[in-house]
Amino acid sequence: MSASAGSGSTSASGSVSVVYVPREATAVSLGAEAVSRAIAGEAARRGERVQLVRTGSRGLFWLEPLVEVQGASGRIAYGPVQTGDVASLFEAGFLRGGAHRLRLGPPESIPYLARQQRLTCARLGVIDPLSLADYRAHEGYAGLAAAAAMPPAEIVKTVTDSGLRGRGGAAFPTGIKWKTVLDTPGEQKYIVCNADEGDSGTFSDRLLMEGDPFCLIEGMTIAGLAVGATRGYVYLRWEYPQAHETLTRAIALAHEAGLLGTDVMGTGRAFELEVRLGAGAYICGEETSLLESLEGRRGQIRYKPPLPAIKGLFGCPTVVNNVITFASVPIILTRGAAFYRDFGMGRSRGSLPIQLTGNIARGGLVERAFGVTLRELLYDYGGGTRSGRPIRAVQVGGPLGAYWPESKFDTPVDYEAFAQGGGMLGHGGIVVFDDTVDMAAQARYAMEFCAIESCGKCTPCRIGSTRGVEVIDRLVAGERRELQHSLLRDLCNTMLYGSLCALGGLIPYPVLSALDHFPEDFAKPAALAAAAGS
Amino acid sequence: MAERKRVSIPIRPAPGEDLPIEERAAVLDAVERHRGLAGALLPVLHAVQERLGWVPPKAVPLIAFEMNLTRAEVHGVITFYHYFRQHPPGRHVIHLCRAEACQAVGAAALEAHAKRALGIDFHGTSADGRYSLEPVYCLGNCATGPSMMIDGQLQSRVTSERFDELVRGGASGPVAAGAAGVAGMATGR
Repeated sequence: MSASAGSGSTSASGSVSVVYVPREATAVSLGAEAVSRAIAGEAARRGERVQLVRTGSRGLFWLEPLVEVQGASGRIAYGPVQTGDVASLFEAGFLRGGAHRLRLGPPESIPYLARQQRLTCARLGVIDPLSLADYRAHEGYAGLAAAAAMPPAEIVKTVTDSGLRGRGGAAFPTGIKWKTVLDTPGEQKYIVCNADEGDSGTFSDRLLMEGDPFCLIEGMTIAGLAVGATRGYVYLRWEYPQAHETLTRAIALAHEAGLLGTDVMGTGRAFELEVRLGAGAYICGEETSLLESLEGRRGQIRYKPPLPAIKGLFGCPTVVNNVITFASVPIILTRGAAFYRDFGMGRSRGSLPIQLTGNIARGGLVERAFGVTLRELLYDYGGGTRSGRPIRAVQVGGPLGAYWPESKFDTPVDYEAFAQGGGMLGHGGIVVFDDTVDMAAQARYAMEFCAIESCGKCTPCRIGSTRGVEVIDRLVAGERRELQHSLLRDLCNTMLYGSLCALGGLIPYPVLSALDHFPEDFAKPAALAAAAGS
Repeated sequence: MAERKRVSIPIRPAPGEDLPIEERAAVLDAVERHRGLAGALLPVLHAVQERLGWVPPKAVPLIAFEMNLTRAEVHGVITFYHYFRQHPPGRHVIHLCRAEACQAVGAAALEAHAKRALGIDFHGTSADGRYSLEPVYCLGNCATGPSMMIDGQLQSRVTSERFDELVRGGASGPVAAGAAGVAGMATGR
């Protein structure tokens, strides 16, 4: 990734120093806002001319707030910076890359970042998220320009040939979905972005929307041209106020620049985009439930078929894709299907932004081509647990993902390999637990979560989840253990095969994997277990 | 020819007639601003809650009337989504993450501490009306948990001590307004 800032000319003169401070939500929660103010204040006090550029985050969270300064031959990073460090940074001449205990050198050569393959997330932390000039200087809108010169079928073919699959979790081939919408006749068609990133252990959608919103807008616009849709919605969770603000402003800027509206990039074709907020319902990440919610109703799932691609939002043909899926489209159009397809393994092509979370020493975003193993991610990138204790279990794929023990850590990040191992890759979130975890409590929580978040439409999920909590409680309490065991397995079987959607249908994964791989946690003395369960 | 007499039969009071002026204005304004949108109910409810801090059950008939929906439909939507409140919030709203990534770094202990410190359970408001405590299932801050949001401000690595600091700090108002956005809901009443 080129390290040149959009405002390189000012720093070349030597009089104004360009300093980059993230305004991404995690960085802000760690003090980036205060650090930014402290830098401005200290600069004013010392008579230094500083231009502060607020960026997204590169996703190296143990180093946030990560402050970067523009030097003659690239950026120099310092982190994690607290307000108390600011005076000493100035003292050390950090504006000119001076030595300091927090100096990390060029950000691109931090091993965690240097060993990544950032395709979709290339601009995160690099550009000013709300500068169209910056975005364009980093390949922005080249994909839309390419798409604008193609007939719709060719755009769809490019996406199909790239091998891109839905990054929300279901991994359905994106090009095939788009082709269905293209081939379905309809006066009105829609593009809907699923930004209801509800899985615990995931934040790549948020990082992208906060750090590179035009990338999502461009991807959705390309989808609009590809299938003949003139209107798009981003269904965003309320828990992401910063992403909401950034995305809303970016949409307004794209409008002003003629990149959205009645005549997109001079093509004569229209595409309007609107952000809608969710209201704290995990189930609305399920695409049909999301559509119900967008239509202003309870987020109860719909029977499929008909598929949303044929009868989706307001009964019209609709493309529903995740943020990262749309955001991967511009680079495919810019550099060609073959470029993207050459990354990855097996049927998982391209790259996946993986999120290292939970009890992890170096948590953050790792975008790598498919094929990297869980072990590399957990130890080489993540550096083991934050607590310093051994890793006992990881949950991959959100609350519906299986809990895996160490014996499965050599599984490569690949949709099929994970499915074969009895798990799922989902949205690429990895939650790490150390050896203090109580797996019976985790299994109980999975059922409890399902009970809280069930939409109530089908019985296995609505009732089964509550019965599941009760059975696990009795099992852990040691009440006729053998019976509870078979009851729990029978119940999970019913939920697995009898639920209408993935919530009830997949919640048996964390429950049964905990039971299979960590049976000792379900057979503890009753008194201990009762305390842990509450 | 017999004379026909028109009789008007009072069916019920106009919807929203019994609402306090402020609440009535909030609803009418929210409806007005979103009337043109397709599927506008969620944006309307968000707007009402942003202004009042909650969606008063007594406002349901007016919302339904204005949007040409049944009261059951509006009530159904409000009760389906965890974010919409049917009770007024405390002056500060704390959203505490309960999800797995935070559990892995001590969310359960923090939850117990928070409930003890505030003397309330989830969905409760402290007796002095200062704090409301809500569970949230992931704030997307999973690499630096335990996470919570207080008055719309995201917080990382929240220990029990840090929680106490934040809550005391919260009493003097949110630190920065920058990221408040939609969650600036604690100013209600």
